[in-house]
Amino acid sequence: MLKKRLIPCLLLKNGLLVRSEKFSIHQILGNPIHEVERFNHWSVDELVYLDITPDGDAGYDLRRDDMRVKDVADPLDILEDVSKTCFMPLTWGGRIRSIADMRERFRRGADKITLNTAAVENPDLLVEGSRAFGAQAMVVSMDVKRLADGRCEVLTRGGKKSTGLTPTDWAREVERLGAGEIFLNSIDRDGCARGYDLELIKSVVAATSVPVIACGGVGRYEDFVAGIRAGASAVSAANIFHFKELSDRGAKRVMRAGGVDVRSPQ
Amino acid sequence: MICIVDYGMGNLQSVANALEAIGAKAQISSDPAVLRAADKLILPGVGAFGEAMARLRERDLINPLDEEVKELHKPILGICLGMQLLADVSFEHGEHRGLGWIPGEVRRIDAAGPRTHEGHALRVPHIGWSAVVTHGRSALLEKMPPEPTFYFVHSFQLVAKDPAVVTGTCDYGGPLTAVVEHGHVLGTQFHPEKSQKAGLQLLRNFVAWEGAR
Repeated sequence: MLKKRLIPCLLLKNGLLVRSEKFSIHQILGNPIHEVERFNHWSVDELVYLDITPDGDAGYDLRRDDMRVKDVADPLDILEDVSKTCFMPLTWGGRIRSIADMRERFRRGADKITLNTAAVENPDLLVEGSRAFGAQAMVVSMDVKRLADGRCEVLTRGGKKSTGLTPTDWAREVERLGAGEIFLNSIDRDGCARGYDLELIKSVVAATSVPVIACGGVGRYEDFVAGIRAGASAVSAANIFHFKELSDRGAKRVMRAGGVDVRSPQ
Repeated sequence: MICIVDYGMGNLQSVANALEAIGAKAQISSDPAVLRAADKLILPGVGAFGEAMARLRERDLINPLDEEVKELHKPILGICLGMQLLADVSFEHGEHRGLGWIPGEVRRIDAAGPRTHEGHALRVPHIGWSAVVTHGRSALLEKMPPEPTFYFVHSFQLVAKDPAVVTGTCDYGGPLTAVVEHGHVLGTQFHPEKSQKAGLQLLRNFVAWEGAR
């Protein structure tokens, strides 16, 4: 049977690796190029890189002396670098607005791309992308916020723009439009280490038949187990992989102990 | 030299990166002269079957490939869609003729029928890591770690007429064809170039392959 997947999510902003909290605080962690080797040899099942640089803020600041980085102007250079030694699936997201943008990312080493804002604002792009590259290469990312009355809404533009869409309706719609997977992120849980929004995961899993990757809120390894029990096909997180030593192996060990069928370190 | 056949479908660079990592010489090309000069061929592929065959035709690759594989018996490894193309016919979005080097057909994974062992309905596409079990003698699956796992991403599978050519299967509500070995025509449904150590070992096995036993 399919193993449940563990997927670190690496956030890039202005070309630097960051940690995120509630989509509003972004703390710089370092230069992704230095981490490539380490991430690529992790005992994990896929890597997701999200370029969360806001539109119109393309000042990739990689010449900072305090980071001691070489001069890299283009985040897609990072993609290319990563793909050279990354012998596991690689998903790239952020700032994709056209088929040409997708093609460029596949050409430079991505196996899948993820659409978020673009899928809401231009659903045809998802349809065309799915036709051109196959549904398996199209991941739709949705950022969900829980409103005061407990209902959920999908937000775009890095959690800033209201869409009026519920996650379940939008999940059904993107599956129909050609998404092969759904990357489900909780804005409220982002960076808070309180565990996944399990109700949200359950509702989206029940609404669709494509695999759902849960993200947002992992604070301890046991949270991964809860995400899988809620129905997710894969569990993702960002911060825990930066702040705990050997977190890849630790997470797998706890998942296995929790009865989750995961891939052994090979 | 191994020629990675370029017909405009799929992430060829990752196959080239993996071959480079194991020290094999590779060239991405659609030039019949390069196909001829190569010791072995790899036919990668991601996307839809019909479109892939159309691209092979557009680039006038069918005849040169037929010559290398059928007449000169050059070993070929089809990966993912590239393996499905080895079959006679596919029923993905209509009916499309394949290369016809492995008798069999390509059909959609039956999501409505079987369920997982936990009783959940199957999700299609089949995306993720699965353990592959060897059947009979497999040159591609030699020297593997115990219970090797590989990365799959597909909605269709090759159903071979002769079950003996299927040397590896994974389980997804029932066995799915994972590896085929029909003389010098070989294929994997999974992506060895994306399957970490086990995948690199499989590519090493193909590079070292010296003929069917």
